[in-house]
Amino acid sequence: MSAEMGKEILLDVQHLSYHFPLTKKMEIKAVDDVSFKIRKREIFGLVGESGCGKSTLARCIMNVYKSKGGSIFYKGLNVCDAGTFRKNQKMLQTSRQMIFQDSDSSLNQRMKVCDIITEPLKIQHITPKRGSMRAEAEFQMYYVGLDAAYLDKYPGELSGGQRQRVAIARALAMEPELLVADEPIASLDVSIQAQIVNLFKHLQKEHGFSFLFIAHDLAMVEFLCDRVGVMYRGKLVEVAKAGDLFGDPRHPYTKALLSAIPVPDPVIERARKRIEFDEKDFCCEGTLVEISPEHFVLERGKEG
Amino acid sequence: MSSLLEIQNLSISFHTPRGEIEAVRNISFSLSEGEVLAVVGESGCGKSVMCKGIMKLLPACAQIKSGRILVNGKDITGYGEREMCNLRGSFFSMIFQNPMTALNPTMPVGRQIGEAVKQKQPGISKKALQERVLELMQLVGIDSPKERMKLYPHHFSGGMRQRSVMAIALAGNPRILFADEPTTALDVTIQAQILDLLREVQQKLGTATIFVTHDMGAVARVADRVAVMYAGKIVEIGTAEEIFYDPRHPYTWGLMQSLPAFSRGKETLHTIPGMPPTLIHPPKGDAFACRNEYALAIDYEEEPPMFPVTDTHYAATWLLDARAPKVTAPVGRGRK
Repeated sequence: MSAEMGKEILLDVQHLSYHFPLTKKMEIKAVDDVSFKIRKREIFGLVGESGCGKSTLARCIMNVYKSKGGSIFYKGLNVCDAGTFRKNQKMLQTSRQMIFQDSDSSLNQRMKVCDIITEPLKIQHITPKRGSMRAEAEFQMYYVGLDAAYLDKYPGELSGGQRQRVAIARALAMEPELLVADEPIASLDVSIQAQIVNLFKHLQKEHGFSFLFIAHDLAMVEFLCDRVGVMYRGKLVEVAKAGDLFGDPRHPYTKALLSAIPVPDPVIERARKRIEFDEKDFCCEGTLVEISPEHFVLERGKEG
Repeated sequence: MSSLLEIQNLSISFHTPRGEIEAVRNISFSLSEGEVLAVVGESGCGKSVMCKGIMKLLPACAQIKSGRILVNGKDITGYGEREMCNLRGSFFSMIFQNPMTALNPTMPVGRQIGEAVKQKQPGISKKALQERVLELMQLVGIDSPKERMKLYPHHFSGGMRQRSVMAIALAGNPRILFADEPTTALDVTIQAQILDLLREVQQKLGTATIFVTHDMGAVARVADRVAVMYAGKIVEIGTAEEIFYDPRHPYTWGLMQSLPAFSRGKETLHTIPGMPPTLIHPPKGDAFACRNEYALAIDYEEEPPMFPVTDTHYAATWLLDARAPKVTAPVGRGRK
């Protein structure tokens, strides 16, 4: 039964495109014909350099941006369709939650932690399960490993790691089934990063939500994620299980990206050569081809 | 080896309404010609304050409480603003963390680099200035500088901006370059490029570099020597090989273990429990004691001195005292 559960698809992104108009004639293809699936209870990592369209993709999935082509199926519902979205609005807005990179700007500086965590419940008119809003906030705080004494503080009084935990608590207050985290650890210290990553792993096990984890720290992605997608210039160039991707990268861009991970060992690190990826080598035409089970690579032509 | 910069028992405090914050406490180290010293530690441990303190770029509420800063053997601790201005840019200069805020968004990049050159050579001719700007842009690896010097910072990508900031920092041929988390705002591929560039420029010009970061991977790539800072103090200092292969301080162990590379195949990442102490009233004894699983009774009472491990490797932990129990380090694989 549990094995079957693992195969169940929660989110299915098909040929998604999003373009930012630059002038009347020119546009930037931020997300270009991207297809992938996230299964239930799975941590899916999305990596790529800045400006490759990771955040745009996340925002399309969350219906922040209206996609320009393709479709996104969440639990079989096409959320790109305005009618479907309106009919299921409440379900979609409660069961999908997002965590942002900069907890400094994503938390209201003028609200107390307690109000921040319970705000989504108030907006959605949900009766708190644990009696009062305060009790609900206390429970969530306990869950993310913060003391209840912080409930009456303002975000400005907390450290970066604590603020990020508050942001996580707010997202979890809705008991989401899909959590999208857009570079949640990029602005934190190494030791705090480790704490937050452990927390994600722990929560995911307890809650069983599906998790789209966007990052450019490849070492963390390797540690945390079940499957990983690599993006480059709006295209998904490789999708595979974390072990396969890091052990046997196929696309030249993935190879270049992996070669940039610093190794904490001076002798090895200095001797190591970085693999350069030439932009001109990148062919934006092509399709994802399955080269081995669950290992997809973008390849030229359409013979696949 | 002659030491270019020598810091002796430097302490810097901030006077705030909440009390005195002892941001840097009794730091001593020296920097030789052409050397890269990496300073690692968590945020708030005083890394940036130390750099800015040496360059005297701190706000008025900060005060150098004690200690001396020696530059080529000359004491600059008492220097005023005018004397410091002569040193800044030509003797030492700084690269800041966020290139977007370090650059002026309303001015072409070429002119900003030119401004820095003019500062040191006021009488330079227009033609010579342009040549110097082009030379600097080439040095930091900006392709087709002639076209690019007319562009504004917002036209540039993050990596290009950081390169421009570096060109400005190098304009006065400084002997020491302070790089304050130059790669934190950048992603992996660009980070690797900037690190390589930093190393390349450093070898070409022989500039000594103080590289502030919290990324141990980046340290491994560029540093000759490493200083680990915690709660305003240097707790361990040594060559890169010594710190990576034979670390002695429990805090250094903790930092290394929290890297995912050390937890491959394990369920959870290692974390250092607790939070760094506030520096308003630093705790008695070793500031790291309450987070340290190897803490001894004496750690709560008395501050450990710097114990020498080798001639170049020092660590401030009571574990190195002759009377301490033997503890094997959880990281490091011995010297190769």
